Amino acid sequence: MMQEVTIGVSTVDVGALAVGAALLEATVRTATPLAYAALGESVSERAGVINIGLEGSIIAGALSATIAAGAMGVGGGFAAGAAAGLLVAALFALFAVGLRADQIITGTAITLFALGLTGTVYRTVYGSGGVALTTPTAATHALPIISTLPLIGRAFFAQPLVTYALYVIAPLLAWWMQRTHAGLALRAVGEYPEAAIAAGISPRRTQLLAVLFAGAMAGLAGATLVLAQAGTFVEGMSAGRGFIAIAIVVLGRWRPLGVAAAALLFGAATSLQTLFQSMGWTGIPYQLFLAAPYLLTLLVLAITAKRGPRRLV
Amino acid sequence: MTALRAFAATTVRVVVLLAIALAMLAALLIATGHDVVPALSAMVRGAFGSYYAITSATIVRMVPLALAGLAVSVAFRAGILNIGAEGQLLVGAAAATAISGTLVGVPWSIGIPVMLLAGAIAGGAWAAIAGALRLRFGVLEVISTIMLNFVAQYLTGWLVRGPLQEPTQVNPQSATLVPELHMPVLLEGTRLHAGVLLVVVVAIGVWWWLRSTASGFRLRAVGATPTAAASAGGIDVPRTMFGAFLVSGLLAGLAGSVEYTGITYALYENFSPGYGYTAIAVALLARLHPLGVLATALLFGALQAGANAMQRDAGVPSVVVSVVEALLILLVMAADRWRPSRADETGT
Amino acid sequence: MTTVPTGAVLLSLDGFTHAFGRVRALDGASLQVRAGSVHALLGENGAGKTTLMRVVFGLLRAQQGVMQWRGSPITMRSPSEALALGIGMVHQHFTLVPTMTVAENIALGGHGAFDPHRAADRVRDVAGTAGLVLDPHARVQDLPVGAQQRCEIVKALARDVTLLILDEPTAVLAPAEAAELLRWIRRYADAGNAVVLITHKLRDALAVADDITVLHRGRTVLTTAARDTDQASVADAMLGGARALSASDTDVVNVVVNDRARAVSGPPVLTLDAVTVRDANGVDHVRSATLQVRAGEIVGIGAVEGAGQHELLRVLSGRLSPTSGSRTIPESVGFVPEDRHRDALLLDAPLFENTALQGAGARHGVIDWNDFRARTAALLQRFDVRASGAEVRARTLSGGNQQKLVLGRELEAAREALVVENPSRGLDFVATNAVHQAMRAARDAGMAVVLYSSDLDEVVLLADRVFAMHDGILIESVKDRDVLGRAMLGGDIGDAGVALGADA
Repeated sequence: MMQEVTIGVSTVDVGALAVGAALLEATVRTATPLAYAALGESVSERAGVINIGLEGSIIAGALSATIAAGAMGVGGGFAAGAAAGLLVAALFALFAVGLRADQIITGTAITLFALGLTGTVYRTVYGSGGVALTTPTAATHALPIISTLPLIGRAFFAQPLVTYALYVIAPLLAWWMQRTHAGLALRAVGEYPEAAIAAGISPRRTQLLAVLFAGAMAGLAGATLVLAQAGTFVEGMSAGRGFIAIAIVVLGRWRPLGVAAAALLFGAATSLQTLFQSMGWTGIPYQLFLAAPYLLTLLVLAITAKRGPRRLV
Repeated sequence: MTALRAFAATTVRVVVLLAIALAMLAALLIATGHDVVPALSAMVRGAFGSYYAITSATIVRMVPLALAGLAVSVAFRAGILNIGAEGQLLVGAAAATAISGTLVGVPWSIGIPVMLLAGAIAGGAWAAIAGALRLRFGVLEVISTIMLNFVAQYLTGWLVRGPLQEPTQVNPQSATLVPELHMPVLLEGTRLHAGVLLVVVVAIGVWWWLRSTASGFRLRAVGATPTAAASAGGIDVPRTMFGAFLVSGLLAGLAGSVEYTGITYALYENFSPGYGYTAIAVALLARLHPLGVLATALLFGALQAGANAMQRDAGVPSVVVSVVEALLILLVMAADRWRPSRADETGT
Repeated sequence: MTTVPTGAVLLSLDGFTHAFGRVRALDGASLQVRAGSVHALLGENGAGKTTLMRVVFGLLRAQQGVMQWRGSPITMRSPSEALALGIGMVHQHFTLVPTMTVAENIALGGHGAFDPHRAADRVRDVAGTAGLVLDPHARVQDLPVGAQQRCEIVKALARDVTLLILDEPTAVLAPAEAAELLRWIRRYADAGNAVVLITHKLRDALAVADDITVLHRGRTVLTTAARDTDQASVADAMLGGARALSASDTDVVNVVVNDRARAVSGPPVLTLDAVTVRDANGVDHVRSATLQVRAGEIVGIGAVEGAGQHELLRVLSGRLSPTSGSRTIPESVGFVPEDRHRDALLLDAPLFENTALQGAGARHGVIDWNDFRARTAALLQRFDVRASGAEVRARTLSGGNQQKLVLGRELEAAREALVVENPSRGLDFVATNAVHQAMRAARDAGMAVVLYSSDLDEVVLLADRVFAMHDGILIESVKDRDVLGRAMLGGDIGDAGVALGADA
């Protein structure tokens, strides 16, 4: 378990600490796209719309970022990712909010649509040879001084800008929901639309804006997957993160800070695989770790039986 | 409305929607820089262009699609959004694979039904997990079934690298099923296997069950108006819904085991090219009618066969057919919005 | 806002008519509200009170009628217009977000940043000026109903109101809270504001109002100053002035006499003994009800909405289990619910499937659809259901025919008892008659029938014995329309009735 280092310093802690720090760093990195998608979805669900098509926004964001980054660099990649995610969400909103079609089936169709479209476009642009393409990667920026803190230093403060943005976005969203009239209106629409209507608020408009925001955030999540994690695009690389995001929202009780924390938990579950591999544990099949986030989702949903915003469940 | 008129109406609907979807496909092809005519003609040839194409590309794909489509239909008719046919199908194939090891020397007349049964039971059990989560904890089955899809995928990945791996331990796949236990081939020189007969029988069976039995009626009533089903009918709604989960999973598991014994003869990752998700489009386009599912499954079988040919001959990525499927679902939803009835209306 | 001299007419409504489909919600309604006064708008359920006020508040454009505000004609197009004029409305069903605080609810609809402290100050301001006690930081779902209502009132007042409309405010309040609210209304009007109090509780109205307008079946049947009238006259007006209509009076008398001439009915079929129904929130809807319904009789129940009859009927028909007390009912009791679309029919299914719905829960094996087709055809014939055949979907039938179908289905299935909830709701005269005939025939054939209707005439017309239900308590009454009406509305009926329940 603990690798003993015998070069003069205290032996016991260094190994565990190093592994722990690495795990935490991987956790934060993995959690970033999850957090983006989940934060966006939390806003959407607070307005009463459950967007199963979030997965579609993520994969669309990923591919757009891949294509745009080649020409416009990392910044352009993120912007394109957000835009693509928003467009996919707009299509979802057209049916689910505009036509009041069934949210679940619409979302499923949107996901299939986006997965198919991105696959098509990807193969058309980059060929079906499976050639590994590389994109520009977002650089990590180690913040002076605090990134040297033991254990948490590198994990939280030696990350790319897109992760730092989350440190601002999550609290900002929390403030916005509680301390602005727009946030109040959003919550009213999701909890008790009759009250919102009586106050002159349009539920449809509110829901549309919420869904678009969620789409943009999910697009950013996809962009992060490519530009700050994988460094490449693979078909279907969203791998169900859109659905996991929905579970993260439930675990985080629909509150931005809670959602961010829950995203960390899911990030950890994914990163555990790396941890065990690095410790040489071969007893447990690695597929179990790959399946861990999904099983955790089921567990979380089963345990948190209390309902969220009234309109949803 | 008589069955015949319903059939005709469905066919007209399908043709119209398909035309629109193909038009969109053509637009997509143009947008991605492909020549429309060669691509579409490659598609048609791949689906219907030859005796082999029809029997061994189109119809054989229709088999798992129809069974999975039936699974989805039954669930949707009960008001349950089972998006987990993909995982239930995989688990069914895995179960069939697992049990095949014990069937050495057994005649196919016993061996095949055993494998099919194992697959069905496994699929039903997999769906029952989602059912229990829904009925006991209120977990939305959309999410739980999708999660279980991923778990099934990883489970399969582990199985084919572990307990079920082929003897040389080199490839991530199971041992090949012995030829004696393959599904009998109906037409020599083709891949058309007895599964297609089974599918027709099962479809008729499901159709008959839904329209003519007390339990089938209960399922339809619960899916149509659960409040009236409980109040006027005295129906136990949760119990009926759980039963629907079971039957749905059973059919999807059967799809997996039929595909195993009839086409692949082995279990491996990517066993299913998304049959469970395509099945949703199959079901919705057929307005959840079991017999209509046969027709729409054939259509989607043709689409997928054609897509493969289109990729091979015209260089168009075959995954484009997912776009068509998704568009069809959206079109069906939009079309239904302007009709007074709902997609899962009770009807025989 | 320029003040209007007390006594001047602030709001005037004249000749308002509006129909929803075939139902005439308003049929010549008028109203004159003076500044600085409390005007009580009285009437039974369905009399048109809420509809009329929705017109005033801009939620509904009436088909006919002239509205004047401060002497100038006006058409209200939306709640925002009403609010701009200074008209505020507190609805019967609160529009409050349960998980938000009082301050948040009142601030809803604003713009920009939200400062909970400033919002709380505003709440205290408005509430203080009006003389209401309200904690701005309390979460609405934690508040008792009375406080929630105060929140709604403050919400309305926060928008600079000259005319405040309160729709059935005391309906959800305990007696002490209701008294307090009424006192507040009086004080508020005395301070120069106008209040329209919509209520069916005539005691409340007489206690606090300056003027009274009574609506019956959408028409104004009485306009008077409160001090010029009494409880009996107002009750009469609310019940349609039975005394004034001699023709129908004799009809009722004749039928009553004929019914009384019938032989006394048979053994008890439905028995309730001290049955209480409590919901998940701990609210008692039925309080210790004791009732026996015999074979060959129709028991009629009159009640205003929310008196507990919804739960009582479902306990009687076996659709709901009592929380305490005992119940003896046959295995199959027919039930014709008020909301047939939700509880009785599969709208998109053919008629024969709707017939088969009855008993579907216990059925096994294969269904003989030909049998059900034949049974349905016979049903259509017997109960005069106008439909092209047994294969058409239930949705295609008119409301009346749907009702006849449901009634027929239930009658055929349950031989011993039938429970009927507002059977002629949404039906025209002919369909109503058909339903009544069917019920009488069932009674004559020896069935035990329980009828609840919000239409008092219907109850008195059909029933052999009548009960009023008020606040969860059953009160047996003589079969007299006025007495029953008064009991139903919570008035005193003295020896004419016997309360059968706790806290009588």
